[in-house]
Amino acid sequence: MRGMTLIVKQITNLMVPSILLLGIYVVLHGHLTPGGGFAGGVLIAGCFTLLILAYGSENIKSEAKKMQASLTESIGIFLFWFITIIGLLNGTYFFYNIIAKTNPGEPFKLFSAGIIPLCNIAIGIEVGAALFSIFITLAILKVGERL
Amino acid sequence: MTTLIILTILMIFGAIVALESKDILSGIISLGIIGFALTINFLLLKAPDLAIVQIIIETLTLIILIAAVLKTTREETVEKFGTQKVLLWAIGIIFIIVFVYSSVRIFNHLPEFGEQSLRMAKVYIDQGLTLTGAGNLVAAVILDFRGYDTLGEATVLFTSVVGVMAVLRKVGRKRS
Repeated sequence: MRGMTLIVKQITNLMVPSILLLGIYVVLHGHLTPGGGFAGGVLIAGCFTLLILAYGSENIKSEAKKMQASLTESIGIFLFWFITIIGLLNGTYFFYNIIAKTNPGEPFKLFSAGIIPLCNIAIGIEVGAALFSIFITLAILKVGERL
Repeated sequence: MTTLIILTILMIFGAIVALESKDILSGIISLGIIGFALTINFLLLKAPDLAIVQIIIETLTLIILIAAVLKTTREETVEKFGTQKVLLWAIGIIFIIVFVYSSVRIFNHLPEFGEQSLRMAKVYIDQGLTLTGAGNLVAAVILDFRGYDTLGEATVLFTSVVGVMAVLRKVGRKRS
């Protein structure tokens, strides 16, 4: 996939930091404001997709980036499953919100609701890396090339 | 309510244009009408969580579809014959009649628009904050009351990505 013109590259340089920051904000505040892990993860994936579209996929080492995205996705889903068995490790049942019961925190503050923000972060990592790895797999595939 | 109906009619027109246009690129762009009108519908129905996800997924899907069209061809290649076309129209009209008839019968049993009829929904709204501590009730439902659903959904996404990367890989395939 080839890159685009200078105008698109400049606008991308201006937009990408704000989009990435918005994505991280939506993931971290998922238990307080609209959004959550899925929406924030898709925003982060869209930010990297914008970079690939503007600058093209020929100048980067695409295979290495694909493997990195795949590894990040696996780490995200592993984190989510690990958070769910924290309850089992502490002697209660599966998916038990043990942090909220022992240390509830103040409602409507960032550090509250126990494992819900942790789950949001794990889902954000997983969804962002998943969508980006699908996009980069399609982007580096060349039509007519013998597999 | 009037705005909702107008937007829904616009979505139906967008779908018809997307189906009937000869140029695939303009068909995909008119497919975008459906997604973005649906986003405004979600906002009017006071569901900002869904609206955020819908607008970003719609944009990403449009980008991927347009990239696929620009790489291959813009012209529709499949031509349908006369008898086949008549048969397809007949099947479509029969399906529409059955669908409208059964929907009218089902909608008579539904509660009024905007009224909750489930007891569980009332419990979620009343005690969601005290039981979970999350200010956003949607997060409280999808990660605490209905946490298993989200876990399965994330695993399904992981599995689908594994499938895509296994099918579209470059290394590890023997040349025949």
